[in-house]
Amino acid sequence: MGEPLQKRTHLDPGSSMQLPERKRGLASEIWKHRKEYLAISPFYILFAIFGLFPIVFSMYLSFHKWDGIGEMTFNGLNNYQFMVTDPEFWKAVGNTLLIWVYSTIPMLFFALIVAFLLNATFVRFRTFFRIGYFLPNVTSLVAVAIVFSTLFSNNYGLLNYLFSLFGISPVEWLNKTWGIQLAVSMMVIWRWVGYNAIIYLAGLQSIPTVLYEAAKIDGASGVQSFFRITIPNLRPIILFTVITSTIGGMQIFTESQVLVGNDGGVSGGGLTIVLYLYREAFVNNYFGYGSAVGWGMFILIALFSIFNWRMVQGGGAKDE
Amino acid sequence: MAKRKSFLLYLGLIVGLIISVFPFYWLLVMSTRTTAEIYSFPPKFWFGTHLIDNITRVLNNIDFFGAFLNTLFVALSITILVLFFDSLAGFTFAKFKFPGKKWLFVLLLATMMAPAQLSLVPSFVIMAKFGWVGTFKALIIPGMANAFGIFWIRQYAEDSVPSELLDAGRIDGCGFFRLYWNISLPILRPALSFLGAFTFIGAWNDYLWPLIILNDQSKFTLQVALSSLNGIYVSDYSMVIAGTLLAVVPLIILFLFISKQFISDIAAGAIKS
Repeated sequence: MGEPLQKRTHLDPGSSMQLPERKRGLASEIWKHRKEYLAISPFYILFAIFGLFPIVFSMYLSFHKWDGIGEMTFNGLNNYQFMVTDPEFWKAVGNTLLIWVYSTIPMLFFALIVAFLLNATFVRFRTFFRIGYFLPNVTSLVAVAIVFSTLFSNNYGLLNYLFSLFGISPVEWLNKTWGIQLAVSMMVIWRWVGYNAIIYLAGLQSIPTVLYEAAKIDGASGVQSFFRITIPNLRPIILFTVITSTIGGMQIFTESQVLVGNDGGVSGGGLTIVLYLYREAFVNNYFGYGSAVGWGMFILIALFSIFNWRMVQGGGAKDE
Repeated sequence: MAKRKSFLLYLGLIVGLIISVFPFYWLLVMSTRTTAEIYSFPPKFWFGTHLIDNITRVLNNIDFFGAFLNTLFVALSITILVLFFDSLAGFTFAKFKFPGKKWLFVLLLATMMAPAQLSLVPSFVIMAKFGWVGTFKALIIPGMANAFGIFWIRQYAEDSVPSELLDAGRIDGCGFFRLYWNISLPILRPALSFLGAFTFIGAWNDYLWPLIILNDQSKFTLQVALSSLNGIYVSDYSMVIAGTLLAVVPLIILFLFISKQFISDIAAGAIKS
């Protein structure tokens, strides 16, 4: 680590010579660092063109009626008005939230359990288990959706076979709102338990073992040290996983689209917000309306994330 | 007591592992069966004899190798460009001082919050204006630098590239680019290999944006080709399944090679952010 003072002057070879002059223009200072700016510039240029400009442009588009080819006509708040009165939109919002609840809660619960099991001191083959649990996460969603469609298939699916062993009559999963939502949620759970477990495991391993030893000496039970040591120390990581799964959950598209198509299935149970946006913008060519839906979605995600943040934070404050 | 506990623990882990791995096994079994066997009741749980047959039909009905090469080209281009631009920027943020650096970095982190779906329609319109719809440029260029990678490399470079080494390089007359390319890049290799794998897997599996952009079958990536195969050949399901298998296998092989380090880095990345 050495001498920080010397390091600083050396980082910038020109500065020691010019130091007495103190007052140098910002412009010349920037010019002197042109290589650094050039080195970091690609990201900012790309973001300006493909990130920032589209956001501004989508605001503009959302006040217009446009099919992408013909004339663009201003129609004020009509798109937004249509959106909030379209039952399909609210259905998509409801479906997305339901799928999020069905998937996130079991997903994080199972992830926590897997992480605990893997964290036990005597577990062998830990690397092997970690790879096995993580494998679903690198698999493409299109492939996952195709495989799951055979598990949940209406007539001859594997699930219906298992049901038949117990004398339960077959369920037409993909014709039922809840059946589709269950299938989509199962895909999410299957694909993300391992990922979240790995993150929880890293969190568990970063908790100093001294804390547990001290608690044991003080006569704390396993359950007590779980709620008093493990959970509080894991809270920032749980918050991270809740936020990432909220963002991911609000953007579910591929699972539904490949499983039941652009309309979200016969009952429309798989119609998520992004699928709705995709269908309106790119299947029906309502570009203006699609942009408005994008903003509607953005606002919903923001509100929902704040709500979640509060829940996790607040839930923590109570048991301290 | 302790023995029973460890038995239950292993039992839990193994049940979980079976659930994790079963769909892969199921995919493999189905791709060795005929469509009639896939739809038979009770289902066949063991391998059949039609794997080669199914794969041949995939290759005859769609340009699988074309889609494979398209995907490989797009994913590799994105990965190489991301590695270059992100490491250059990350290294610069970690090791140099320049006016506005702090704000620029905060801005960089803030861009990670920008929701991708919001810009889906306008991004497509921009691509149409550029005349890039239906081309790989539309897939590669917007993705060739990203905030996460710059952040990741910066964290690593700050701890691992010694400033003394850069000073020594300067004394030897290295310019900015050589300090980056010849001195720092070799040290950054572990961080680069994770970023590369992460980017490659993401690009390989990307579906929504290619689905919107690609309109010509000869340009389809594997995910888009697979999805259209799934939509068209409902009656020849064993072929769809065999296509799925072919699309999944390359990435699984890649993952098994890098998995150990990759998984640790995923966890480290989450803990840092």
